[in-house]
Parts: sequence; structure tokens; C-alpha cells
Amino acid sequence: MITDRLANPELAEIEVSGVTRASFLVRGALAAGAVYGTAAVSPFVSTAFGATTDIDILNFALTLEYLETDFYQVKAKTVGLTGLAAHYASNFGKEEASHVAALTSAIKAAGGTPVPKPTFSFPVSSASAFLGLAYTVENLGVGAYNGAGPLLKSKALLGAAGSIVQIEARHAAAIALLINKPPTPSGAFDEAKTMKQVLAAAGPLIK
Amino acid sequence: MTTRLREQEEEETAPQTRGIVEQLVRDDVGRKKFLKAVGSAGAVSFGAFVLAACGSSSSTTPSTSTPTTPASPTPAATPSVPASFGAGDVGILNYALTLEYLETQFYAKVIAAKLYTGAVGSLVAQFGSEEAQHVAAIHATVLKLGGKPAAKPTGKFPITTAAAVAKLAYVVENLGASAYLGQAGYISSPDVLAAALSIHTVEARHAATLATLVPGGHVTPTGAFAKPADSAAVLAAVKPFIA
Repeated sequence: MITDRLANPELAEIEVSGVTRASFLVRGALAAGAVYGTAAVSPFVSTAFGATTDIDILNFALTLEYLETDFYQVKAKTVGLTGLAAHYASNFGKEEASHVAALTSAIKAAGGTPVPKPTFSFPVSSASAFLGLAYTVENLGVGAYNGAGPLLKSKALLGAAGSIVQIEARHAAAIALLINKPPTPSGAFDEAKTMKQVLAAAGPLIK
Repeated sequence: MTTRLREQEEEETAPQTRGIVEQLVRDDVGRKKFLKAVGSAGAVSFGAFVLAACGSSSSTTPSTSTPTTPASPTPAATPSVPASFGAGDVGILNYALTLEYLETQFYAKVIAAKLYTGAVGSLVAQFGSEEAQHVAAIHATVLKLGGKPAAKPTGKFPITTAAAVAKLAYVVENLGASAYLGQAGYISSPDVLAAALSIHTVEARHAATLATLVPGGHVTPTGAFAKPADSAAVLAAVKPFIA
């Protein structure tokens, strides 16, 4: 049983419950702008508040995949993961990196410019805190893709996004079991998150 | 439970028993069909897949973000499920409803057999409840769209040992996830699509959970990108489970 709390109490709150999460997201949207400034949470901000094209949506997803890749491939090495947790971090990191590559290709193929990789800051220093944040981040990814899916105009890109979101959901469930969290945190129907909500939750992790 | 999970996960490198899903994956139905359609059969990476996808965008609505869109048949032009399920979104929903009925009956039988206790027993009960909620939601949606809900099939499942049933559950959930993914591009209504997506990832969560209980199970059996399955492949796979 993992009892450690995340270093950042606001982030810890995200995963407490749906109700807390919702209220956090409202506060977080304000905090992201007030504390970090809209420029600091770029490139999320332009897409979160004005995405209309498929390229915008793909760039939004790319930012999230950069975040996940960095988390598993860089941050994971600093928190002392062992056993299955280390195994997952290694595998999942490679898969997130593949998502980055696929989205980058898709954006270029659609005539767009991929956003640059942001710099991230993850407020965790223990294996347990890392896994708690991994669970939060993967669930956020599921919500982000499920929210963005119906906005995609290209059915081919929708299929690609679906192929990725299914992997995020699998990651989330596997991590849930490691830390005694529910593998289906929203029950029978996964939540769709708006890009604003995703920005609010992930923005503080972007330097 | 953690120890058990670890032991099983470490068997990931062991040779896989060929299950239905593994066969589907090896057949690589969706990708091969797709690549054949766009004439780039040599492309194997997902990057190439996406590139090809963009180049042959078959969106039924003009896309502002994929300017290079050659004329090609739209998905809507070819029904993605047998006509017996109905047309358009109703047909897709009835297809999904049929699969959800089978999943619900499967879990009901597993629960009745009392094969699992403790944490695993709780998960199985929860997953069964979630499949039943999918049935209710899809049934209601078909009615809302003015369609006639598909008849409930009678499932028949080999409920034997805890290990064998866990493996079957793993196969069934992976099949369900790939079935939803296979339909995503054919759904017309944004609301129906949103609902399908929200169910799709729950099936994936179930599959990943079960993967940790099955020797040789994989959380992500197809790597970084989940594979879709078309209705012909899925219906053939579930046929042995329909009485």
C-alpha cells in the first residue's frame, strides 16, 4: 500500500476523487495563468483556448506525449524504481516516445509544424510519488484524447488517436494495480476532458 | 498481489500462446487492408501509417488541416458492420451492444462460478457491472436514435478453471477494445463517438488489468499502438461463444 503523498499537494489532489479533481481544475486553470503566466505554459495555451484544426489538436497531444516521455525516460531514473515499476517505466517510456514520433510525423504530413519539446518539472522524488503522478498523468492522457477525438476532422487521424489513447488507458490500469488505485477510476465510462482542463492539470508540470 | 503481479509480468518475454487476439494481431487486418487501399504496402512503421492516413484522408467532411486529400471512398460508403445490425450509427451501436451482451453474460457466469476471491474477485465483479452499464447505455442510445436494439444473444462460455477463465477474459477484453477502435472512424454522430471512445478505453483498462493476472499476458500486447479489428474478424472470433 502506497501512503506517500505527492510533493505538490495540488497535484496530489487531482487523484483524490472526481469531485476534488473538478474543483482543482477550476482553480488550476486560474493558477496556471496567474502563477506561471500564459507564456510559461505554452505551447498548451494556444491550443487549449483556440484549437480548431487537426494540427492544433495533434500539437496539443504531442505536448502531452513529450511530457509523458520525459517523465518515464528521464524523471523515472531519479526516483529509485525497482521490479515491475521499473519494468513498466521502461516499456511505457518507449511507447510514449513512439507516440511522439508518430504525432510529429502526422503533423508534418498534414502540413503543420510540430511544437518544440517543452522543459518539464515533476514535483516527485520517491518511487511512490512517481507512480502516483504516473497514474494521474496517464488518466489525464486518456481524458485528453477522449475529449479531443470528436473534434478531429480527419477520420484517419481519429483512428490514429484512438490507437494511442487505448495504450494510455492500458498504462493507467497497470499502474493503478501497482498502487492500489482503481483501474477504472471513472467507472464504466471514461471521462473526456476539455483542453482547458488538461492545460490546468498539466500546465504546472511545464517550466 | 504485487508479488504475483511481478512474477507474471516478468513472463512477458515467454512465448505467447496463440489466442484469438494474438491471431488478429498477427493477421494485422486493419493495417494491411488500409495500406493496400492507399497503395503503400511496404510501409510498416506507425509513422508511415499516419503519413499514409493523412495522405488518404477519408473523412466524410472536408478537413481544413489535411490539405492533401485525394479522392477515395469514404468509410460511410461501405457499412462497417453487417446490414443485419442496422444502418449507420444504429448499426454500429447494435454491433457493440451484441458484444457487450456477450461480455456481460460472460462475467455473470464467471461471478456465479465463484472462481475468484479477494482483490481479483472484486475486480471481476466490478468489470461485470461496468459491462452491464455499457449494455444499458448502448441500448438506450439505439432507442434514442430511433433504432431497434439488437436481440440479446445467448452466450456459451467454457467456465473451467480460474486460470483458463482469466485468460479467456483477457482475450475477450482485448477483442472488445480492438472492436471499438475498428469502428471509431465510421461513427457519424459526435455524441455517439464520444460515448464509444469513453467505453473503448474502459475495455482497454479491463484488458490491461487482466493481462497482469494471465501468464504471458501483456499490458500492451501490440506495443505503442493498439490495433483495430473490423467487424468480420470480431464476429468470427466471438462466433464460438454464441449458442
